[in-house]
Amino acid sequence: MKLTDISRDINQWFDGSGPLADIVISSRIRLARNLAGYKFLSRCATEEKSEILNKIRDILTSLELGDKIAYIRVDKAPVLDRHFLVERHLISRHHAFGKGPRGVVIAQREAFTAMINEEDHLRIQILKGGLRLRQCHEQISHIDDMIEQKAEYAFNSRYGYLTACPTNLGTGIRVSVMLHLPALKMTGQIEKFLNASRDMSLAVRGLFGEGTEAAGDFYQLSNQMTLGISETDIVSQFENTIIPEIVEYENAARNQLLSKQSDVLDDKISRAMALLKNAHLISSQEALFLLSHLRLGINMHDHMGASTPAIERLCTLSGSGGDTGKEQGLSITTINRLFMLTLPAHLQLNYGKPLDPTHRDALRAKIIRSTLNG
Amino acid sequence: MQCENCQKNEATIHLTEIVEGVRTEMHLCERCAAEQGIAVKSQIPINELLGSLLASQPSDEELFGLSDKELSCPHCGFTLEQYRKEGVLGCPYDYEVFEKALLPLIKKTHDGKTTHCGKVPSKMSEDAKKQIELSNLRQQLETAVQSEDYELAAKLRDKIKKRET
Repeated sequence: MKLTDISRDINQWFDGSGPLADIVISSRIRLARNLAGYKFLSRCATEEKSEILNKIRDILTSLELGDKIAYIRVDKAPVLDRHFLVERHLISRHHAFGKGPRGVVIAQREAFTAMINEEDHLRIQILKGGLRLRQCHEQISHIDDMIEQKAEYAFNSRYGYLTACPTNLGTGIRVSVMLHLPALKMTGQIEKFLNASRDMSLAVRGLFGEGTEAAGDFYQLSNQMTLGISETDIVSQFENTIIPEIVEYENAARNQLLSKQSDVLDDKISRAMALLKNAHLISSQEALFLLSHLRLGINMHDHMGASTPAIERLCTLSGSGGDTGKEQGLSITTINRLFMLTLPAHLQLNYGKPLDPTHRDALRAKIIRSTLNG
Repeated sequence: MQCENCQKNEATIHLTEIVEGVRTEMHLCERCAAEQGIAVKSQIPINELLGSLLASQPSDEELFGLSDKELSCPHCGFTLEQYRKEGVLGCPYDYEVFEKALLPLIKKTHDGKTTHCGKVPSKMSEDAKKQIELSNLRQQLETAVQSEDYELAAKLRDKIKKRET
């Protein structure tokens, strides 16, 4: 697989489908595993890391994971490709820029990835659009079973799956849900959400952008406890209690905007439209911030029947369908495409060569202008 | 509780200061606390957190006595000092070798829990599987008692007895 085969389109999990997809962007479940009989990576020499890498790669590529399985040697990939894989949520930043022999197996149209030699020998994940944690769990557990037929995992009866860092000990499971919460932000309630999450021992990070900053009002919520609570209990807590409650709060905030603060809402949407339709230089942070407001407007129109003056204007934008050039109404898919395809590595990979930040900002602005102006 | 400073936001930072026996309390929102130089880190990198947790644990000397200060894993040569620096362990055996030092940290990270509950590799011996199943059942029993669901608790107790014999 060449990365340019996938870089012109969005991931399946970001296509706007799936339950509650107007607020819940995606569901992800990751399992951390280590092979028995080997040291953890911090104590492995390069040869041992290569041995682990080859062994796990051979196992994974022999499994029935669908027809198109790609394997990328991350440590040998160009820097731009590594940034691209991070932007696409296929590998972590730690994996992209770590040390020693390491790789990634990608299958099921990017829904499944396996990072080999990240912090643990193996980290497998399933990523799907909308709130679909139960399905993610069923699939990842099935793949885990298949791997276990061919390899012996480091496991002990007291502590469960043994991981390099004690924070992943036990089930080795990390459940992450990515949420778009612009209305909670606009109504000044986002701190409440952040504090409540911390009280429940959940970790909150930004989805795009560096570090913990939540660019474009996208938040990623994950469990921190992995020991002494079963996988099914964690998954069901997220799917049946935690996430539906947050979705309810975000919806209430959207209703509040509509009924009591429609000026605030229209102001944000109109400003975002004006800037995005006219700017000639735009940074990726600014693009995420502004596109977030358009995404809110379109979702409020599609899911709540909202029709303020700004939302009406937004929905009548032509939103030319990218590659096809065919005219269509501005859809959520078009906005999601803009989010992903204007990220720095996507831009450069699709342009064909590395660009300096100013040229990137110009190219990004041009793509957004031409999409929104038809 | 409202922030004492701006009177607008919810106070989430509660500071108690005792200077020469005089106790003062402050209740601030995150923004005002940051403005007043009371640093609030909303996200502490996990390694830093673990490092500080471990640093607040008894020292190696206190735990093992001076002679064991240099305790190292016979399988990978790893020491607690290295764990403090790197935040990751050297090999699966470290959980046994450094159990005494790691246990408080594991408890703190996993809300007091210290035994696995959940999936078990199918290749595990029947005995090990039974042990895990029993520990899961005991945990469920504890939860049932806590939530005063005595009917379920009785069922679980019988199940545990049956599995133990």
